[in-house]
Amino acid sequence: MDYTNNPDVKLPLALIINMPELKENPFRNRIVESFSEDGLGNISFNDFVDMFSVLSETAPRELKAIYAFKIYDFNTDNFICKEDLEKTLNKLTREELTPEEVNLVCEKAIEEADMDGDNKLCFTDFENMISRAPDFLSTFHIRI
Amino acid sequence: LFHIGVDYRNLEEEGPEVDIGSKVKEEKPKKGQARRSKAKEKKKVLREQCEEECRQDEEAPKCSKNHRNEKAKTEERGDFKRKTKDSCDEERNHISSERGGTEERAHAEKNMKAKKTKRKKEKLVFSCLSSSSESEELSADEEESQEEKDVLTQEELEKLKEAVEEKKKLIANLRGKPWPMSKKLVTLRESQEFVEKYEGALGKGKGRKLYAYKVMMMKKWMKFQRDFENFRTACIPWEMKIKEIESHFGSSVASYFIFLRWMYGMNMILFGLTFGLVMVPEALMGRPYGSMPRKTVPRSEQAGAMDFAVLWDFGGYAQYSVLFYGYYNNQRAIGWLKFRMPLSYFLVGVGTVAYSYMVVIRTMARNANRDGGGDDTSFNFSWKMFTSWDYLIGNPETADNKFASITTSFKESIVEEQESHKDENIHLTRFLRVLANFLVLCCLAGSGYLIYFVVRRSQKFALEGLENYGWWERNEVNMVMSLLGMFCPMLFDVISSLENYHPRIALQWQLGRIFALFLGNLYTFIIALMDEINLKRREEEVVKYNMTVWQASLYNGTVDDNSTTSTIPVDPADVPRGPCWETMVGQEFVRLIVSDTMTTYITLLIGDFLRAVFVRFFNYCWCWDLEYGFPSYSEFDVSGNVLGLIFNQGMIWMGAFYAPCLPALNVLRLHVSMYLQCWAVMCCNVPQERVFKASGSNNFYMAMLLVILFLSTLPAIYTIVSIPPSFDCGPFSGKKRMYDVIQETLENDFPLWFGKVFSYASNPGLVLPFILVMILAIYYLQSTSKTYKAANMDLKKKLQTVSLPITI
Repeated sequence: MDYTNNPDVKLPLALIINMPELKENPFRNRIVESFSEDGLGNISFNDFVDMFSVLSETAPRELKAIYAFKIYDFNTDNFICKEDLEKTLNKLTREELTPEEVNLVCEKAIEEADMDGDNKLCFTDFENMISRAPDFLSTFHIRI
Repeated sequence: LFHIGVDYRNLEEEGPEVDIGSKVKEEKPKKGQARRSKAKEKKKVLREQCEEECRQDEEAPKCSKNHRNEKAKTEERGDFKRKTKDSCDEERNHISSERGGTEERAHAEKNMKAKKTKRKKEKLVFSCLSSSSESEELSADEEESQEEKDVLTQEELEKLKEAVEEKKKLIANLRGKPWPMSKKLVTLRESQEFVEKYEGALGKGKGRKLYAYKVMMMKKWMKFQRDFENFRTACIPWEMKIKEIESHFGSSVASYFIFLRWMYGMNMILFGLTFGLVMVPEALMGRPYGSMPRKTVPRSEQAGAMDFAVLWDFGGYAQYSVLFYGYYNNQRAIGWLKFRMPLSYFLVGVGTVAYSYMVVIRTMARNANRDGGGDDTSFNFSWKMFTSWDYLIGNPETADNKFASITTSFKESIVEEQESHKDENIHLTRFLRVLANFLVLCCLAGSGYLIYFVVRRSQKFALEGLENYGWWERNEVNMVMSLLGMFCPMLFDVISSLENYHPRIALQWQLGRIFALFLGNLYTFIIALMDEINLKRREEEVVKYNMTVWQASLYNGTVDDNSTTSTIPVDPADVPRGPCWETMVGQEFVRLIVSDTMTTYITLLIGDFLRAVFVRFFNYCWCWDLEYGFPSYSEFDVSGNVLGLIFNQGMIWMGAFYAPCLPALNVLRLHVSMYLQCWAVMCCNVPQERVFKASGSNNFYMAMLLVILFLSTLPAIYTIVSIPPSFDCGPFSGKKRMYDVIQETLENDFPLWFGKVFSYASNPGLVLPFILVMILAIYYLQSTSKTYKAANMDLKKKLQTVSLPITI
């Protein structure tokens, strides 16, 4: 691989998500996809640096909120709708909750954070909710 | 591309270029505004079309680079014009194809050479931000209006400065923008080149050379700062260790180690102060061992002065050395440097406390800024969903635990939600809680009395002479305090299960109780010390009398009263010594710290390591499953360890004035602790089963540290201010009060007017109004901060109730 003359090397998704820092993360696929240019997870070195810079300790809160929104938006429609929430919850609990419980939790979450009443979270709703969260900065952090 | 990214990008792109273009446009009405505006429109259209072409042709990087990074050299201009011609041919009909490359180059050269002023600026500004067709148009324009004078008017200078400042701000804020990295790099390069080109031009006229020099120094300074930051980050110790612990145990356990590392840093500075300014000067420049009575081991103790048992107890040679207060001489200036030893001792003591206050409060302020808002419970489920996963986890076992705990936490919240309207048996809960608090109070009272009793007993032992008793009696106080510190928290833990609180609240209660326990112990210890100090001071009177008697017996029969005192050589070891309560206090603290450390390490080895070994190897031949039932592997007790650390630091602060060796000892202790505990955690502990975030706990620990700092400097300050120093040892011997050394220095070392100013300033008539003004200032600041908080709350409420239009 000649990096000097051909610097646009892109690594495939499968290689990145096996990194020790990302291996155990349930959202690893989404993380790599949201930092890649083509949306499929093939990232170049610039994107790689970008990813770890946003996830580092000193990145500003607003920047982290923007990328967190992208990560949790599974269908990339710029809204976190109920299906996105359900997928997030199932990844978090490894599908150990019953469907009724999943439904209840997602409805409660939308009820809490949605402010414009369209039954899904847009970026402003998400940012408003996440900026109050006390643990956001300390959990949304990967040390490399 | 994501919509968000695209929008931001477009927004930013349109912004600056429009501004500059319009600015420059205003300046040159002569240039034919109609033509200019038409040209501008055309330029925009051309540029967009050109960029599309470029993107399609996949020469996007090169094309945009060429569009933006035009060099001043003519050959390259010619080159890139040709290239862009190739790629964006059909748009550039009426200009490029007719001219041909060489003509362009000639024109460009002439322009370059003849006009280094606003003509060039204009051309380059436009070419930086737009396509090449525009610049070609410009050169056409410029040819026609060459007769214009090249003077940079003041307004243009200002506008250019503004543009440069804007670009600089963009560079500084680039890190926080959510653009993809390639875009950031391109923008950065473009802005940097712009700034580079025009900073030189800005310095026209008078201070041009100076301006350019200043700019160069600024750049060098920034580069140096960045390199220094990188170096500093690379120097941070134990980063890999902490990362490993983080990935295994999560961020709460790692926060203890980060706190330990921070303490280590602070103690290093304290060590530097005491070692460099107190111990080293006395060791190098003071009178050596054996030259004075206070620096020599008394004859009666010399037999056992080198024994290990005596040295471990910090008696013998360890006592009569720079490690303790008693060794220091009260000579005003020592050595060829005329180093003011007593003054330095006093100021270092005050300086350590002042530095600690500053550092703790600064860290608290920084943490408070970062955390921001208060505790909300209005986003329970959302927060659980989006912030419960700890991205630092990299270990499969920990990840399993985390999944399990997240599931449990969701189930609990669901149950709570469903039963939120049901009334619990509130009376039973309240009764149980009152009972629990009563039990805890009994515990605390019991432990306080036990320590008091033990201290009284040790005083009795001391009066009868310590040689008659064994090891336990001699170290009774320290042992009892350490054992209490070990067992009472466990007792509190058991009692708190009665209370049935939410784990976070239960943790805060637990921390509060352990805090009260340690505080009680510490203050009982101090009261006991005060008793001993008073004892020693009464002894002083007796010794003083004895000394006069002894001196008289020396001169007896040789001289009469009127002659000068003859120097009879007396070995310093034989001179009767006055008691030294300061050294005694220092020794007590050092012994306490040593025994505390030993207890911690032994508890660690037995409670964690041996237990883990036992569970691991005896599991095969035991009736029940040792790993899941009792005793199982231990969990890392974050709060207990943090409290232990904080209290140890409190003891260091208390004793550092009387034993300059304490910070050094503490640095050693923290260093060993770091390695030992890192090893123990990785080897013998398992991640916590029940995971909850002790939110805002960072500032909670800092607040406790601040309280301990205040409480531990109080006794030291009291002893300095109210008790006269011993007459026979230490740097303040012979003075009425320890702070008299300041007075002495002011009189002797500073000019006369300084002393006068100081005496005026310390006049109560001046000090009281000053204190009043400070109180008023504090009141004012507090009331303004309250109004800001109230306004904040109002805005928050407004945000929640009014529906917002989507603003993307």
